[in-house]
Amino acid sequence: MKIGALTEIFAGENRVAMTPDSATQLVKLGHTCVIQAGAGVKAGFSDAAYQAAGVEVLKTAAAVVKAADVLVKVRGPEMAEAKALRAGQTLISFFWPAQNPELLEAVKTAGATVVAMDMVPRISRAQKMDALSSMANIAGYRAVIEAGNNFGRFFTGQVTAAGKVPPAKVLIVGAGVAGLAATGTSVSLGAIVHAFDVRPEVAEQIESMGASFVFLDFAEAQDGAATGGYAAPSSPEFREAQLTKFRELAPDMDIVITTALIPGRPAPKLWTADMVAMMKTGSVIVDLAAERGGNCDLTVPDEKIVSDNGVTIVGYTDFPSRMAAQASTLYSTNIRHMLTDLTPKKDGVIVHNMEDDVIRGATVAHGGEITYPPPPPKIAAIAAQKPKEKVKELTAEEKRAAETAAFRAQTLAQVGMLVGGGALILLAGMFTPASFMSHLIVFVLSCFIGFSVIWNVAHSLHTPLMAVTNAISSIIILGAILQIGSDAPLVMILAGLSVFMAGINIFGGFMVTRRMLAMFQKS
Amino acid sequence: MEMGFTTAAYVIAAVLFILSLGGLSGQESAKRAVWYGIAGMALAVIATLAAAQGAWLAAVLIAAGGVIGWIVAQRVQMTEMPQLVAAMHSLVGLAAVFIGFNADLELSRVLAMDDAARKTLEGFAALLAKKTEVEQTILRVEVFLGVFIGAVTFTGSVIAFGKLAGRVDGKAKKLPGGHALNAGAAIGSLVLMGVYLQTGAIWPLIAMTLLAFFIGYHLIMGIGGADMPVVVSMLNSYSGWAASAIGFSLSNDLLIVVGALVGSSGAILSYIMCKAMNRSFISVILGGFGGTTGPAMEITGEQVAIDTDGVAAALNDADSVIIIPGYGMAVAQAQQAVSELTRKLRARGKNVRFAIHPVAGRLPGHMNVLLAEAKVPYDIVLEMDEINDDFPSTDVAIVIGSNDIVNPAAQEDPNSPIAGMPVLECWKAKMVIVSKRGQGTGYSGIENPLFYKENTRMFYGDAKKSLDALLPLIN
Repeated sequence: MKIGALTEIFAGENRVAMTPDSATQLVKLGHTCVIQAGAGVKAGFSDAAYQAAGVEVLKTAAAVVKAADVLVKVRGPEMAEAKALRAGQTLISFFWPAQNPELLEAVKTAGATVVAMDMVPRISRAQKMDALSSMANIAGYRAVIEAGNNFGRFFTGQVTAAGKVPPAKVLIVGAGVAGLAATGTSVSLGAIVHAFDVRPEVAEQIESMGASFVFLDFAEAQDGAATGGYAAPSSPEFREAQLTKFRELAPDMDIVITTALIPGRPAPKLWTADMVAMMKTGSVIVDLAAERGGNCDLTVPDEKIVSDNGVTIVGYTDFPSRMAAQASTLYSTNIRHMLTDLTPKKDGVIVHNMEDDVIRGATVAHGGEITYPPPPPKIAAIAAQKPKEKVKELTAEEKRAAETAAFRAQTLAQVGMLVGGGALILLAGMFTPASFMSHLIVFVLSCFIGFSVIWNVAHSLHTPLMAVTNAISSIIILGAILQIGSDAPLVMILAGLSVFMAGINIFGGFMVTRRMLAMFQKS
Repeated sequence: MEMGFTTAAYVIAAVLFILSLGGLSGQESAKRAVWYGIAGMALAVIATLAAAQGAWLAAVLIAAGGVIGWIVAQRVQMTEMPQLVAAMHSLVGLAAVFIGFNADLELSRVLAMDDAARKTLEGFAALLAKKTEVEQTILRVEVFLGVFIGAVTFTGSVIAFGKLAGRVDGKAKKLPGGHALNAGAAIGSLVLMGVYLQTGAIWPLIAMTLLAFFIGYHLIMGIGGADMPVVVSMLNSYSGWAASAIGFSLSNDLLIVVGALVGSSGAILSYIMCKAMNRSFISVILGGFGGTTGPAMEITGEQVAIDTDGVAAALNDADSVIIIPGYGMAVAQAQQAVSELTRKLRARGKNVRFAIHPVAGRLPGHMNVLLAEAKVPYDIVLEMDEINDDFPSTDVAIVIGSNDIVNPAAQEDPNSPIAGMPVLECWKAKMVIVSKRGQGTGYSGIENPLFYKENTRMFYGDAKKSLDALLPLIN
């Protein structure tokens, strides 16, 4: 099949859906690639680089649409683009079917198949094509960079000859992919980072990145598993408790990055005007939810504004596009993974398997029909959160009591064994002659020596240990040697055989042990 | 005078044997320790030969056996160590049976003589002649025990050898009747012991030997391949107890001492192996896994394959690597390739270490020996407890031919047959590469969720071939 990438026509969009690298990989799947001239320029990929990777460069978008069986794009198609699709052609891009019903209607009429990258279900297997996550990751990173750009101080605390610099305090609201990326970036720049999320189960992830989780003591806990890992709207009481907590934090924070989104709804207002007013002059707010109205009251989408008290509020909506090279690399890899799944035999033949959970979920139009919304996936996205068992903290007395009890039980067991074993031996002593008992002493003491010596043997030497014990267990040869001089022929033959076998064992055992031990070398 | 000299030699030999085992606590002292063992054995044998009749015949036979032993020891491949050890156990077991029979034959012969003839006896027979009634009964008990343990050890070791060498099907197999057969045979042996003590005839001894042969055969047939470390160490222990029992019947203290040392060594090894599998000794010996309490946890996700280029890229980027070898590495003879990979990675300043699970392979310490053979320095080969905490800070964990010992189900799924078994927590590493022949489950047939984890990549193919293909790409 021929895969074609178009130049993005949306104003300010710098990304491209195919890179020379991803094209090389696509060729390995048996496909051929074409690209519109200049499509990768803004992301730093020249036409020459594409040509070097074996991609055919075509002058116009129309030529690419005409040549390609599968079109790949970043942004969803404009109406004109959607109408240009032909029956049987496949388009892979972001699409947002819920927000764009007319567009969906248009592709249905055209008879094209549309795979919406934003509809890839959130299951483990599909992570490699989860473009929302890879873009959110970039947005989170870039948000911190934008904040730093507009913030007049260091992130990290320093003590210099010219005075002490306190570390910046950063609050991340919403610990999704973008929030966690922002958390990680801020932490690595040296800031003190707090992060908040309505889903208590992400506390662990936040803490693992070196930030502290802002804990909200509220009975109504959300289980993110029910909503495919996304946050769900919260009750008014919960919202109030949340805002109270933010008001407490606002005066202290130098940088606030908000990433709170609820699928299919406008962004919740979490950072109100009065909180902005409480913040110090020179502080920065980066609102990653600006496209959906913003988490902050004052956010103006696509613009950077400064509030009356000197707080900068960044409302850009094109963070991934601002890092076009990185974003294109990751997005094109997501696309490539999608095409890998669509080309199961790696022979360049696309099989649109509507039984496959991932492909079915992402396909919004197929064969002249609208296939959105998809049926619920067969596998749950994330295993339901198990209620954590609380380990009861023992008090000092309880601990001591447990220790004493354990000690007592141990003593009891040991004394019991000694008494039992002793009684058994005494009993044996009453009925057996002294000659037997003297051997028994030797036997019991040898067992004790054996146990104490063997426990110290290094684990790595267990095989040599077996070989050497094997060799010395041939000590049984002594018995055979004593018997070999017997007058009875049968006894002599059996003893002779035993001597012979034990002889094999002695030499074999020791030799092989020596061979093994000689191999152990220190670096 | 001569008796005193022999005993003195035995004391020295016993001390040397104890030092020899004690020296195995470290790799360097072990090289010295093996010489102690050799010296002790030489001393004991020479002292006994000096006092015995027919010494020339014994010496010739020892020399003949020694040549065979020497040749075998020189030729054996390190991957074949489990078989060799099992084969050698069988020799000790059979020798114990023969010597036990001899003791009985001699006793009957001596008892049949009149007093005058007894006075002319020498050596072992003279010793028997002096025994009282009670001592004779005790001797019979000892002989009976010695022969029983020896016989079980013999057939058990032969079957273990067959399974390890691949000549007998490695799967657990039982005759209809299962453990009832073993129990029946054991009870039969007990009855025969009563008859033997009453009559002193040899036929109960022979009958018991046959039963014991059957027990050894059937017991080990019922145990599967992955439990072999326990079996081999158990047989090791038995061969020691057999020597000890024979020592009792021959009134030879050195045999008792050495038998006890070997017996306790094998017992401890079995205990360590069982603990590493979180199973009781009984359940391993009786075969099969412990009862499960419910259906196993469902595994979601897919196995994601990776090609040689991908593995090479991951390794070139990694700073720290932990390699987890298993029986599959031994089967594929991949230890040299692993060693070469280690050398290359270390030359580039990467931190490469090995994690060894106690039951990896078919013999306790099997992996250590294979890696040592391939010249992997022993100080980067670590035990499970030493390295388990380091996985979260590791970039790449490479699993080569191991399965159950890296199965997260042991910790995550209380219904798994291996629940509670200590495992190497390799899935905590940033990336896990599993070198495996195909998609099937391992020996135990337990599904391994590790293969479906998000950070796991499956590197399909024969371990040696894949590693050889990988080596040129590491630069």
